[in-house]
Amino acid sequence: MPFKILNNYELVPTIYLMNIAAPRIAKKALPGQFVILRIDEKGERIPLTIADFDRRNGSITMIFQAVGKTTMHLASMKAGDELLDFIGPLGNPAHIEKVGTVILVGGGVGVAPVFPQTRAFKEAGNKVISIIGARSANLLLWEDRMRKVSDELFITTDDGTKGHHGFVTDIVKKILESGTIVNRVVAIGPPVMMRAVAGVTRPFNVKTIVSLNSIMVDGTGMCGACRVLVGNETKFACVDGPEFDAHLVDFTLLMNRLAIYQPEEKTSLDKYKCEREGCKC
Amino acid sequence: MLERQKMPLQDPKIRAANFDEVALGFTEKQAVEEAKRCIQCKKPSCMKGCPVEVKIPGFLKDVAEGDFDSAIKEIKTDNALPAVCGRVCPQETQCEQVCVLSKKGASVSIGRLERFVSDYERRKSVQVPEKPDPTGKKIAVVGGGPAGLTAAADLAKTGHSVTIFEALHEAGGVLIYGIPEFRLPKEIVRAEVGYVKKLGVTVLLDHVIGKIETVDDLLSEFDAVFLGTGAGLPVFMNIDGENLNGVYSANEFLTRVNLMKSYKFPDYDTPIKKGKHVVVVGGGNVAMDSARCALRLGADEVTIVYRRGEDEMPARAEEIEHAKEEGIIFRLLTNPVRIVGDGKNWVTHVECINMHLCEPDESGRCRPAPTPGTEHKIEADVVVIAIGTSPNPLVPRTTKGLEITKHGTIVAKENGETTKKGVYAGGDAITGSATVISAMGAGKKAARAIDEYVRGR
Repeated sequence: MPFKILNNYELVPTIYLMNIAAPRIAKKALPGQFVILRIDEKGERIPLTIADFDRRNGSITMIFQAVGKTTMHLASMKAGDELLDFIGPLGNPAHIEKVGTVILVGGGVGVAPVFPQTRAFKEAGNKVISIIGARSANLLLWEDRMRKVSDELFITTDDGTKGHHGFVTDIVKKILESGTIVNRVVAIGPPVMMRAVAGVTRPFNVKTIVSLNSIMVDGTGMCGACRVLVGNETKFACVDGPEFDAHLVDFTLLMNRLAIYQPEEKTSLDKYKCEREGCKC
Repeated sequence: MLERQKMPLQDPKIRAANFDEVALGFTEKQAVEEAKRCIQCKKPSCMKGCPVEVKIPGFLKDVAEGDFDSAIKEIKTDNALPAVCGRVCPQETQCEQVCVLSKKGASVSIGRLERFVSDYERRKSVQVPEKPDPTGKKIAVVGGGPAGLTAAADLAKTGHSVTIFEALHEAGGVLIYGIPEFRLPKEIVRAEVGYVKKLGVTVLLDHVIGKIETVDDLLSEFDAVFLGTGAGLPVFMNIDGENLNGVYSANEFLTRVNLMKSYKFPDYDTPIKKGKHVVVVGGGNVAMDSARCALRLGADEVTIVYRRGEDEMPARAEEIEHAKEEGIIFRLLTNPVRIVGDGKNWVTHVECINMHLCEPDESGRCRPAPTPGTEHKIEADVVVIAIGTSPNPLVPRTTKGLEITKHGTIVAKENGETTKKGVYAGGDAITGSATVISAMGAGKKAARAIDEYVRGR
């Protein structure tokens, strides 16, 4: 049963927002969960975090960066096109509770999955401080949405074109050093960023949660492709996660494992570009 | 006594480089000759060796008379997936082991004949039995593997409305993601699933029960639930280096190759590491399948490392024989102690130790023990761990009142009844990793119990 694309557009350069009609999944989806999709018969299965869901309209929102073959193909699809497979909601939902003050950190495309959690932590009665970062101002995602559900919002850009000139970790550190009592930090973004946030919060002993985007195939615990080391124990990101205690995660292993198929990813992308744009090789 | 017919095979040198089926199947003439070998025992023991109770002498008689239509009809009253069973059942430990002729030389090739008649029917056109009157009862089957498909087929044949919820994008379970094309062509699995659908069964793909719906959700809509969720959680050895790049669980390796067709990369999008030196750890069918896939992906050298001896190997005799013919190296009585990598997290070799056999353990097989001082290295850029699987945790974790053993298997009676009312289970989810046919047998038993249960409601 194919799944219809309701709309698909570029939010900021290379980053796309896609809404999919999937009423049964929308009915059950919770912040922190993900879906696995496959575009067509020859397609690979890729996991994408749920950026939002609309139970009434029966739709799921995903935000993705067009970096490889599958995401580029996805980016080229139009409203009315269909995905062959759309599976979810997978993974454990984020643990949302009233803890006091929560810092939510979203880096790059990671702002998308942070958004529903920010809203949920706010609705649960927490004081919510959000920090969103991007390489440059024109790549910054969902500032308006995040502002609506945050008590305070900080912006950082690597090149200083907007907000604080520097990294999200600078702001996290500043808040913690200022003596503000922070009861939890949630950080979602590139592994380097999540590792850096964990490094900043560790000396302050603030519970820090990250969402791990390891390589997956089935997403149901069957294959073990997504295994990560947490507190020296092997865990499967798909069924044990995707969220884990950042202070226990082996980020080096995560990054090494994310690079497994780099040569194949390049082959696949080159072939796709060749086929789409006419071969220049 | 007539001589056992030889199965025509693809030449080992040629087949080691393709994914086409290895065994080509009997000709009509061979099938008739082979079936004539059956002496039609008055008290046939072969049937007792079949977990799904196929009336073997009956169908063999039909084949011997050249009446293949009657033969397949006879088989299908008891077995919904004969083209699968004829290819992957370990007949040598089941029907063929207890065949009277096996004591006098060689048993009748029951499995190969089952394959022959089901292939004959598929080429011709598949007959579907008349639909019985609907009972008005609805049954949910979780998992579209051998147990689920069998339970669904039997329940549909008795007039119940059956829906299979399959987590993956294709039904068949291990028949699709696990067993390779060269042993069980996927077209055949699709045809068998097609037959189950023709019996009236609805198959919903991409439905991960425990996530999109819980078992309790299903119970509010269906009269009973059958859990055939399989043993889909890979077991690792808990040795150093298992998370190195290039180390796969057999489930992942085989899923990439079979379900995702990564052997056709980059035409298909899913990649796989094609190792030059591949080490596969384990001695079961899954290990043989992984090794033979690695060879077909272009490896220079594929080594099976198994901690016991060949007699203890749980793989089908034929698979071991085929693997050897194809040039797979067997390092028996050898066990990995750690997997070693380079500085960039890539596997470079497996460190092993020699083993020797001691007294038999509770499984009746000799327990292997390491021989100190025999540590050695085997070069490897891909390692596949094929030492078994444990049950998938998604349903147990999300179902209240469903008792689970400490091994993660679902507690169930002989007829599949679990500790939760209206919920039955069968297959690897109960037993841990076993065979296709034992899962089918469990599906069949559970279908009977479910039928009785829903009629009593």
